Amino acid sequence: MMLVQKPGMLASVQDLGRHGHRQVGICPGGALDVLALTLANRLVGNADGAAGLELTMGGCEIRFETDTRIALAGDDFAAQLDGTPLWPCWSVPVKAGQTLKLAGANAPGAKKAGLRSWLAVAGGIDVPPVLGSRSTDLKAGFGGHQGRALRKGDRLALGATLLDAARLARRPFGLRGPEWGPEEDDSAIELRVLPGPEFDQFTAESHAQLWSERWRITAQSNRMGSRLAGAELKRKRSIDMLSSGVIPGTIQVPPSGHPIILMGDAQTTGGYPRMGVVIRADLWKLAQAPLDGRLRLVQVDMAAALEAWAGQQRYLAQVAQGLAAAGWSRPA
Amino acid sequence: MSSQHPVPRLHPLGDAALLCELAPPATLAQQQQIWALGAEVQQWPGVGEVLPGMNNLTLTFDPLAIDVDALMARVNEAWPRLSAAAIEGRMVEIPVAYGGEHGPDLADVAAHTGLTRAEVVRRHSGGEYVVYLLGFLPGFAFMGGLPPELATPRRAEPRTAVPARSVGIGGEQTGIYPLVSPGGWQLIGRTSLELFNPAAEPPTLLRPGDRVRFVVESVET
Repeated sequence: MMLVQKPGMLASVQDLGRHGHRQVGICPGGALDVLALTLANRLVGNADGAAGLELTMGGCEIRFETDTRIALAGDDFAAQLDGTPLWPCWSVPVKAGQTLKLAGANAPGAKKAGLRSWLAVAGGIDVPPVLGSRSTDLKAGFGGHQGRALRKGDRLALGATLLDAARLARRPFGLRGPEWGPEEDDSAIELRVLPGPEFDQFTAESHAQLWSERWRITAQSNRMGSRLAGAELKRKRSIDMLSSGVIPGTIQVPPSGHPIILMGDAQTTGGYPRMGVVIRADLWKLAQAPLDGRLRLVQVDMAAALEAWAGQQRYLAQVAQGLAAAGWSRPA
Repeated sequence: MSSQHPVPRLHPLGDAALLCELAPPATLAQQQQIWALGAEVQQWPGVGEVLPGMNNLTLTFDPLAIDVDALMARVNEAWPRLSAAAIEGRMVEIPVAYGGEHGPDLADVAAHTGLTRAEVVRRHSGGEYVVYLLGFLPGFAFMGGLPPELATPRRAEPRTAVPARSVGIGGEQTGIYPLVSPGGWQLIGRTSLELFNPAAEPPTLLRPGDRVRFVVESVET
């Protein structure tokens, strides 16, 4: 068991998403950074799809009531386990009674922070699957822990781990996680984008602005979408659209002209023009990008998008090989 | 190519989804062809989910398993062979309390259409509707068949929280909000039926192809 002593701004149980139900309007949801949850799960001997916690802007405290093993990926928010730093993408043993603390995003001395972290625990969070997933659908209020964000005092059961006691207690080790952030504090994160089905409906000036603007991620962003401030994108003329499918990464432009990049909890269909779509290989960067952070959208073609995706799969295969070589195989 | 089979426009939606879109207007015959395409593509290797839209279909695919150009060629090749799938939908009756606090926009719809409130209710509940697709929210049914004279544009300012089970009109469509959600449709009533229950099998009350009748439970004008 683990006890949520402080959930921070938003903490929820998430796995790799609820797939196969978009036909009835159910969004895939799941961890917004699939890569981070996958890495964290592998580090604690879980299958990739085990449920973990998605934590937002730090400020959380979690007490473990059983011996287990944890890994944190994404932003670390100066995480400490009973005062000992817990680095991102490190796998560490935990004794019953120990407490994991993540500093708040605005804590004094906090380094340039991202937005979210993903915590995996050996055995995964044991909540009942609903429609094939343990993810919390916050909008519809089901799945995860009682269909809602975690609150102070929530107790979460852990699933059975395949690790034996010796492996559970093995000394800490880690891997080098993917680099997500800009080099300099004030530089923009680059997201690669394919033009969307309604790209041609926008003016030439808006086309140029889409690629040249330093977009700011506003505080109105959430698990449904990242709202961007910057130029006002305009269509050549306003045409009413029929409802049409949208997926995470879709850049919708409502009449205000301020683009929204849809995320995992977005609705399954929309009626706003889709000017572009962030490639899948870059969605994890957006999941971690801080509020008020800057984005630059870079146009790529399908070949480049595919190469990026294949590269991410190669990286995951290398991680699996490396873990296996270190005697840390994972369940299929 | 026969006129029964206008070719869909195909456009990638990112690197792992493909939009197949017919020219407007949306008709039941076109939507039936969309359903047939959905059933067909789900048999293909490398294809994941299908998201039917109004007059369009988006499918997700694994780009490492199937090339997008090959997929587009396959859709183009399959399309003329597809016969409109007449899904044998059920007839579902939906009781509605019209007007008053349940339908705060009934007066606006009446004003826009030039009909009395009672006449809006009579015509809305007199029609027979077909569920074209479920989307937007779990169990939200987009229905065709609204009497054209009831068509009313969405509200200029969407509500931040539409009550669950509200029956609304959005342009030429009618539908029911299964959950509390933001929304811009004109709300004319509310049903007591539950449209989405994740523990039920299937989890949604309505399915594409179902026929729907709204039954007047009460009217407050």
